[in-house]
Amino acid sequence: MRVKITVDGKSYEVEQGDNLLRACLSNGLDLPYFCWHPILGSVGSCRQCAVKSYQDDDDTEGKIVMACMESSNEGCRISIDDPEAKRFRAQIIEWLMINHPHDCAVCDEGGECHLQDMTVMTGHDSRRYRFTKSTHRNQDLGPFINHEMNRCITCYRCVRYYRDYAGGKDLDAFGVHDRMYFGRQEDGTLESPFSGNLVEVCPTGVFTDKTFKQHYTRKWDLQSTPSVCVHCSLGCNTILGERYGGLRRVLNRYNADVNGYLICDRGRFGYGFVNSDQRISEAGVRIADGCTLESIDSDVAVRRFTSLIKNKESLIGIGSPRASLEANFALRQLVGKENFYSGASAQEFELVATVVDAMRNGSTQTPSLRQIESADAVLLLGEDPTASAPLLSLALRQSTRQQSILEAAKAGIPMWQDAAVRGLAQDSHGPLFIATPAATALDDIASETVRAAPDDVARLGLAVAHELDPKAPRVVKLGARLKLAKRIAAALLAAEQPLVVAGTASGSKAVIQAAAAVATALGVARAKAAAPWLFLTLPECNSMGLALLNAKPLAEIKQQPKGRGGSVIVLENNLYRRAKAEQVDALLDGKTLVVLDHVQHPTVDRARLVLPAATFAETSGTLVNNEGRAQEFHTAVMPTGAIRPSHGWLLSGLTACRPDEKHALSLEDLRAACAAEFPELASTWLSDESPTLRYAKEKVPRASFRASGRTAMHANVSVHEPTPPEDPDSALAFSMEGFRDPDAQLIPSYWAPGWNSVQALSKFQFEVGGPMRGGKPGVRLIQPCKDAPPSYPDEIPAAFAAREGEWLLLPLSRVFGGEELSSMDPAIQVRTSQAQLLLHEDDGLSLGLSEGDIVEIQSEVGSFSLPVAMRKNVCRGVAMLPLDTPGVGFLQLPLYASIRRVSG
Amino acid sequence: MGDEDSKATAMISILHSLWRVLRHTFDRRVTVQYPEERRVMAPRTRGRIVLTLDPDGGERCVGCYLCAAACPVDCIALQATEDETGRRSAEWFRINFSRCIFCGYCEEACPTYAIQLTPDIELGEYHRPNLVYEKEHLLISGPGKYPGYNYYHVAGLSIGGKDKGEAAAERPPVDVRTLLP
Repeated sequence: MRVKITVDGKSYEVEQGDNLLRACLSNGLDLPYFCWHPILGSVGSCRQCAVKSYQDDDDTEGKIVMACMESSNEGCRISIDDPEAKRFRAQIIEWLMINHPHDCAVCDEGGECHLQDMTVMTGHDSRRYRFTKSTHRNQDLGPFINHEMNRCITCYRCVRYYRDYAGGKDLDAFGVHDRMYFGRQEDGTLESPFSGNLVEVCPTGVFTDKTFKQHYTRKWDLQSTPSVCVHCSLGCNTILGERYGGLRRVLNRYNADVNGYLICDRGRFGYGFVNSDQRISEAGVRIADGCTLESIDSDVAVRRFTSLIKNKESLIGIGSPRASLEANFALRQLVGKENFYSGASAQEFELVATVVDAMRNGSTQTPSLRQIESADAVLLLGEDPTASAPLLSLALRQSTRQQSILEAAKAGIPMWQDAAVRGLAQDSHGPLFIATPAATALDDIASETVRAAPDDVARLGLAVAHELDPKAPRVVKLGARLKLAKRIAAALLAAEQPLVVAGTASGSKAVIQAAAAVATALGVARAKAAAPWLFLTLPECNSMGLALLNAKPLAEIKQQPKGRGGSVIVLENNLYRRAKAEQVDALLDGKTLVVLDHVQHPTVDRARLVLPAATFAETSGTLVNNEGRAQEFHTAVMPTGAIRPSHGWLLSGLTACRPDEKHALSLEDLRAACAAEFPELASTWLSDESPTLRYAKEKVPRASFRASGRTAMHANVSVHEPTPPEDPDSALAFSMEGFRDPDAQLIPSYWAPGWNSVQALSKFQFEVGGPMRGGKPGVRLIQPCKDAPPSYPDEIPAAFAAREGEWLLLPLSRVFGGEELSSMDPAIQVRTSQAQLLLHEDDGLSLGLSEGDIVEIQSEVGSFSLPVAMRKNVCRGVAMLPLDTPGVGFLQLPLYASIRRVSG
Repeated sequence: MGDEDSKATAMISILHSLWRVLRHTFDRRVTVQYPEERRVMAPRTRGRIVLTLDPDGGERCVGCYLCAAACPVDCIALQATEDETGRRSAEWFRINFSRCIFCGYCEEACPTYAIQLTPDIELGEYHRPNLVYEKEHLLISGPGKYPGYNYYHVAGLSIGGKDKGEAAAERPPVDVRTLLP
C-alpha cells in the first residue's frame, strides 16, 4: 500500500512499511548512507543516514533517527536538511575518516567511491584530527581481489554480503575498535565464486578488482557499453569498460529480472580472452604443405571465401551455441536451412531439445532468475548450479531464506530488518532438496541431500511426481527413497511458490524430464494456485538461440551426399569439443574447411581458410538465455585490423557469391530477415532500440562527461585527432556527446550528479531494487502452453546398480576451467584447480587408492590418466570427470570405464 | 565658438602630440631584443610542463589521471602501472603541446606535485608532431618548485622501502589477534 510521507515540507508517496532511507532514495532524494545496501537490508550500524523525525505536525523539536531503521507510515514527517541532522551526519563522516589513509590518488576506487561521494555530500572538507592513524597489513586474497585494509570504514557490508548473502565461509570480521579487520583467517584465495561482487559492495577501496589493476583506468575514462555475459546460459547483464582499444573490465549491469546487483567471478574476471595475444587477428589461408597458415589481406580473404562457397549444394554450415543469434542466422542464410547444422554435440543437442520441449509444451512457468529468490521450496535435480550456472546457486541460496522472511513478516518484522530477520531464522533454512551424484556448494543449506546416479535422480523425481499426481507413472523398488519422495512432495505442496531446478549439466535427459514431470504434477496437485516454477539450465550462452533457429543435429551430416568436394563453414566453434576426433576427421575429410573464430583451437588448425572473427565485446548481437530471454549486447571495443564480426564476413561472402539476389547488408537487415523467417523471434527486435534510433537525433554516448585524453591518446601516431569510430549496429556512440537520460533504453553506465560510484544506480530505478526506469530487461520468447494436458515420460529409467570393477563416468562442471572462453583468462587459470577424478572414498579404498594417486581410466573409447580425489559425499559406483579436462579430449558421458592405479 | 578658435585648438593638439612623440625617443626602452636578449620569467610563469621527481629520486607521478581529467583541452593521456612493490607510476605519459593552453589546471589537480608548469615558454616548432612530448621528454631530474614533498610519505599504501605504519602520523600495523583492550 502506498502512503504519503513528508520530507522537508514536501509530500512523497512511498510504500508502507518500507524503511525511510530506501523510500527517500527511491524518490530521488540524496541521503548519505554506508552500511545499508539494497540486497543486504538495514542494520543501522554506520549511523550515517540520520534524519530528524517529528512526532506530529505540532512537534517542532523532533528527534534524530536512523532513516534505514524506521518504517514509513502514513503522515510520517522527517527532515533531511535539518541543521542538527546535517551536523550529526558530518560528524559521523569525520569520525569515519579519522583513520582513512591519504590514498585516493593511488586507490582504484577513486572516482567511483561511495565514501568520496558521501564525504562530499555531507560537506566534510577539511581534516581536524591531528593525531596518528591506525594501519593494517593486507592479505593476498588470490588472483581476483586486491586487499587494502587501511581504507576500511568498518561498515560490515563485505562480511554481510560474503557470509550472510553468498554463503562464503572464509571472510570475516576480526578484532575490535581500531583493530577491526575484515579478511581471511590467513592469506589465501577467497573461495567463493561470487567474491568479485565485493568490489561493488565495498563502499571504499578495501576490495578492488585485481585484474583491472593491471591496466587501470579511472571510471570517467572508460567507454562503457551494455553487454551480456557469455560464460554460461543465464545471460547476466554486464557493463564492459573500454580504454585505448582494449577491454579493461566487466561490471555488473542491473537487470531487475535477471542478475539484479550481482554477477559471478567467471563473468566478471573471465574477459581476458578478448585481449589475449592468442587471438586470431589476421585472415589466413593454409598453403600446400597443409601446416603453415599464410596471412592474407581481408579483400583476398573475402574472394577466397566467395570462391569456396559458390556451390550452395555442397555447402555445410555448422553454427555455434556461443555465437550470436545473428551470426548463426547469417550462416543459415549463406548455406541454406537444409545445410545448417547445430554446433552442439549430439548429447547437448538432445538435452537442449528436451529443455525447449518442456518449456514450450509444458504448462509450468519458467521464473526469471531474480524471481527464484522468492521461491519458498526448491527441488534441485542432477547438477550443481554453482558450477554450471553460478548465479542460479546464489538465487537458490536466497530462496532458502524465503520461509523465514514470511515467518518474520507474521511476527511483524519487515524484510529489510536484516539482523532481526536473520536472528529470528537462526540456522533454519527453507526446504531445499538436492539430489545429485556428487556434493554441491548448496549442501550446507539443504534440507536433505541425496547422492545418486542420474538415473536414480530421475527415478526420485518421478516418484515425487507420482506422489503429487497419481496419474504420473509409479516408480517401483524405490526402497528408502520412497519416504524421501513423500517428504519432498509434501514440502513442495505446502509451499506458496515451489520451484524445480535441473539442467543439461547432469548430462541426463531422464533427469530433465523428471524435473518437468515434478513441476507438471505440482501444477495438477496445486490446481488453481499459481503455476509452479520450473527452471532448467543450458550449456552455453546461446544454446537456446541456436535451438530456436531449428538447426539440424551434427549427427545428420552423415546423410549428406558422399564424395569429395564441397566446403564446411564452421562458425565460432571447436568441433573437437563437440564430437570424437575420429568423427570430426571423418566429417571434414575431403572437404574444404572454413573457420570463423577469434581464438585458436584444433579446428582452426585444420582450416583451409581462417577468418578472424570479433568477440562478444567487438560486435553487436543477440543471445537467448536459458529462460528464453533474448538480450542484446553491443560493441564495446572497435575491432582492429582484419577482425570483423562473424555476421559481417558471412554477409560479405553471401553478397559477393550471389550478387543477383537480395541480401541483408547490415545487422538490422539480418534481424529483419530473421524475424520474418522465425516469427517467434520477431519480438526480440520490435522495440525502438533499433540501430537507427536516435534520441532527439542523438546517440547515447559511451564515454562519460569527463572522459580525458582525446587530443593526446593518438598523438603519437598522428597529431590530427581521428574521427571517433562509427557504430552502425547500435544507438550508442563512441563519444562523450549525445543523449543521456535515466529513462533511455540504453544505459551504458551509472552516474548521477554527486553519485560517482555504482550506487548511482538508484537514480536509474523506479524504486531502489525495482525495475529500471529505462534500460531493457530483454524479451521472453517462450511462453508455456497454459492449457497443455499434463504429460509424463513413458519410460522410467532402471535403477542404477554399481558394476563390479567398472565405474560410471559422469560429467562434473567446474566454475573455473569448465567453460571454453573464460578458461583462457590468466586470472581464471590461476583459480582453476587441477582436474581430478572424483570417487567415493570407499570405492577408492577398494581400488587400493589414496588421495592424489594417478589413475588410468580405461574405457572402450581409449584411456587417459588423472590424479584421483576421494570424498565421502559422492554416489557409490560413479566417478566424476571434470569437463574440459586437458589431455582427455571429447568424451560422450555417461560412460563405463575401469580405473587402475598407475602411480602414487 | 568661432572658427579661428577651433583651428588654434587643433594646432595645439598636433604640436602637443609631436612633442610627446619626440620626448618618447629619450624614454627607457621596454622592447627586449629577443632572442639575443631574454627576460627573466617569474618562477610561477605557466610554460612548458614537466614531470618531477620526489626528494628521494623516485618518480612523483602515481598515474592517478587527475591531470588528464582536469585538462580542458584533453591534451594529457597516460597509462598507470604498478611495480612489484606496489608503487604506482605512469607506464607512459603523453602531453600534446600543440593543444595545450597552459592553463595550469593539471598542476592544480596533481595530488603529488608531480606535474608542474615551468617558466620555459620557448616551444616553437615547425612540425606539430614535435610538440607531442612523451614521458622521457617530460621527466626532469629534480623536485621542481616543491622540494620537500614526497606523496608516499603521507599515503597509507606500502611500497618498496616504506612499509605500513611508516608514513607520517601512522601507528604501526595493528595486531588483530591481541586480546588487550
